[in-house]
Amino acid sequence: MYISASRAADGARPRSRLSFAVPGNVLALGAVSLVTDISSEMVTAVLPLYLTLSLGLNLLQFGLLDGLSFGVTALVRLAGGNLADRWRRRKLVAGLGYGLSALCRLALLAAGGSVTALGAVIAADRTGKGLRTAPRDALISLSVPPDGLGQAFGVHRAMDTFGALLGPLVAFAVLTGTGGAYDAVFVVSFCVAVLGVLLLLMYVRDPRPPLPGPRPATSPRAVAALLRDAAFRRVCVVAALLGLVTLSDAFVYLLLQKRGGFGAEYFPLLPLGTAAAYLLLAVPVGRLADRLGRVPVFLAGHVALIAAYLVLIGPGWLVAVLVLQGAFYAATDGVLMAVAGPMLPAHLRTSGLALLQTGQAGARLLSSILFGAVWTVWGSAQGLAVMAAGLAVCLLGAWSVVRRHA
Amino acid sequence: MTPVRRLLVLLAALAVLGGAAAGYAAWAARRDPAPVQEEAGRESALRPGRLMFRTAAGRVAGVPLTATSAVPEAGGPACDRFSTGGGTSICLVARPGPVATTHAVILDRSMRETRRIKLAGIPNRARMSQSGRMASWTVFVTGDSYSEGGFSTWTGILDTRTGYAVTNIEDIPLTLNGRRYHAPDVNYWGVTFAADDNRFYATVATGGKTYLVEGDYGRWQARTLRENAECPSLSPDGTRLVFKKRVSADPARMWRLHLLDLATMRETPLAERASVDDQVAWLDGRTVMYGRAGDVWSVPADGSGAPTRLVRGASSPVAVR
Repeated sequence: MYISASRAADGARPRSRLSFAVPGNVLALGAVSLVTDISSEMVTAVLPLYLTLSLGLNLLQFGLLDGLSFGVTALVRLAGGNLADRWRRRKLVAGLGYGLSALCRLALLAAGGSVTALGAVIAADRTGKGLRTAPRDALISLSVPPDGLGQAFGVHRAMDTFGALLGPLVAFAVLTGTGGAYDAVFVVSFCVAVLGVLLLLMYVRDPRPPLPGPRPATSPRAVAALLRDAAFRRVCVVAALLGLVTLSDAFVYLLLQKRGGFGAEYFPLLPLGTAAAYLLLAVPVGRLADRLGRVPVFLAGHVALIAAYLVLIGPGWLVAVLVLQGAFYAATDGVLMAVAGPMLPAHLRTSGLALLQTGQAGARLLSSILFGAVWTVWGSAQGLAVMAAGLAVCLLGAWSVVRRHA
Repeated sequence: MTPVRRLLVLLAALAVLGGAAAGYAAWAARRDPAPVQEEAGRESALRPGRLMFRTAAGRVAGVPLTATSAVPEAGGPACDRFSTGGGTSICLVARPGPVATTHAVILDRSMRETRRIKLAGIPNRARMSQSGRMASWTVFVTGDSYSEGGFSTWTGILDTRTGYAVTNIEDIPLTLNGRRYHAPDVNYWGVTFAADDNRFYATVATGGKTYLVEGDYGRWQARTLRENAECPSLSPDGTRLVFKKRVSADPARMWRLHLLDLATMRETPLAERASVDDQVAWLDGRTVMYGRAGDVWSVPADGSGAPTRLVRGASSPVAVR
């Protein structure tokens, strides 16, 4: 219903459906994400080694801290999204998020061996990520004509994932080149992150179409009122419902490992397999979503996930599970933003996307608790069967609810 | 800003940031010379009456038990965790890389490598039984991202006499509070073997709680003895365990060492009040030692006395008997 309000502001011309062109702003945002992900995954890759071998700490302590920071991240995401809309400065809020995470690289050095300080730095880093995600997706969705959103998000997510794959390689190149100097990894990561912030400042534009009438309300109350729009409310409910029956990746890798068939030392490679499939599929699946409709592709992504669970229960083929998992992300992550973006008025787009993302993240957190309990009581195969059946039921329900918007 | 100027600014920034990153890395590389690859020690330092440990530089070294402040006799292998017993040693070596791996290296009396087992993850605990027959280790296996808190421990046991190795003992049938127990989140760590090389103690964690377990290697079964006890270490006479007890939610003050008398099941807090995150080793029948804040400390095992610093810049202590 708000589609007219979502026309891209940077003078996008009507384009052919076969066009491969993606607006410069999306490429710029993709470059920022690529560079930032190199930086953050560098740290992610070496942090466990640094904490345990260099500082002699126990990772269990961080597991405990980690659970606490989820609630904070969710609140920050909602508040940041709303501020971005209120000030009409999505780029500023995203930039604050990128900047905060960049500073965390240096703060890691300053924290030294203090568990409390390290926990605070990790929480701040996650806060930065919480701040930047919704404004960034809002910027993408405001920079592209509605018929090209799927492809645009696909290009962005592919660039983002490419950076995530490069990060560990860069980190270990630095570690090898310096003879194991973790502080050098953090400093290099900081420099890379600053480059990301600079790219954002210089190359990303914040489209601000002139407001037609008086300034529309952006209060939290107005955000809550977004849910009164039937189409957006359905998308939120469907995303949360499906999130409840989506297994967290960690469980999938754990189950693959229990099936055996590969050396234990290759266990950490499993997420890379999923990421590689995601990287290759993000753009083609995004284009497919633009042509066939985003809702069907989003739901089809969950069919791929059901297939992955069935393979996991049955023959347990490693490659098939990872490819299906990657296909699921390609068909759902950016595509969901492309579905919801045009439903939200431009002046509340960041808040709306933050709401959707927070709802989905919360549902997935609950799903992990739920699956853990089912696995404990009935065992892993039964747990998988329950999740697959739950997905199928939710999928049928979702289809009947959102068919109108397909 | 015109596109050309913007490009110039970007190139200048690239030069500055690239220069800063490369400069720091070059400085760090010169500051920390690349560690020498491990080599077997030429002269055997593994003699009874010595205290072995890992130096801050990462090499196994030894001092006389009677003069622990002596200059250590180095030249041992490079290890991240070390333990020895009955002439056989285990040395865990981290292999950082895009995929973190650890090697469990078994060494003979003259510190020559006899066996090498490739493991996933990051070294955490290593222990050799008193006789030198049973070796055990724990590694951390991390998931894809620290922000998801995804990691687990894999604990392995090697019988050096038969050569049979279990790389992850978590399939051992477990009886928890008297009932057979199944759960996906079962994690074991910190094994210590009794003198018969069959009975062992360890930590098991599940459902957010930790338990002390007693295992039987031959019958391949385990049962929990009590809650909230991590990284047990059995006294040389086999009657007492010293373990880490979680006493605070504050990560900086999380654990306190406790003694458990296996005959009475009574526990006593040790005089060390600082949080210790290590599996202690027994210096003798009455004293334990452990790594804390980069040094090795010792404290009486009965709750009396006060902690004293045994060796500066050391970890993984073990007394050679």
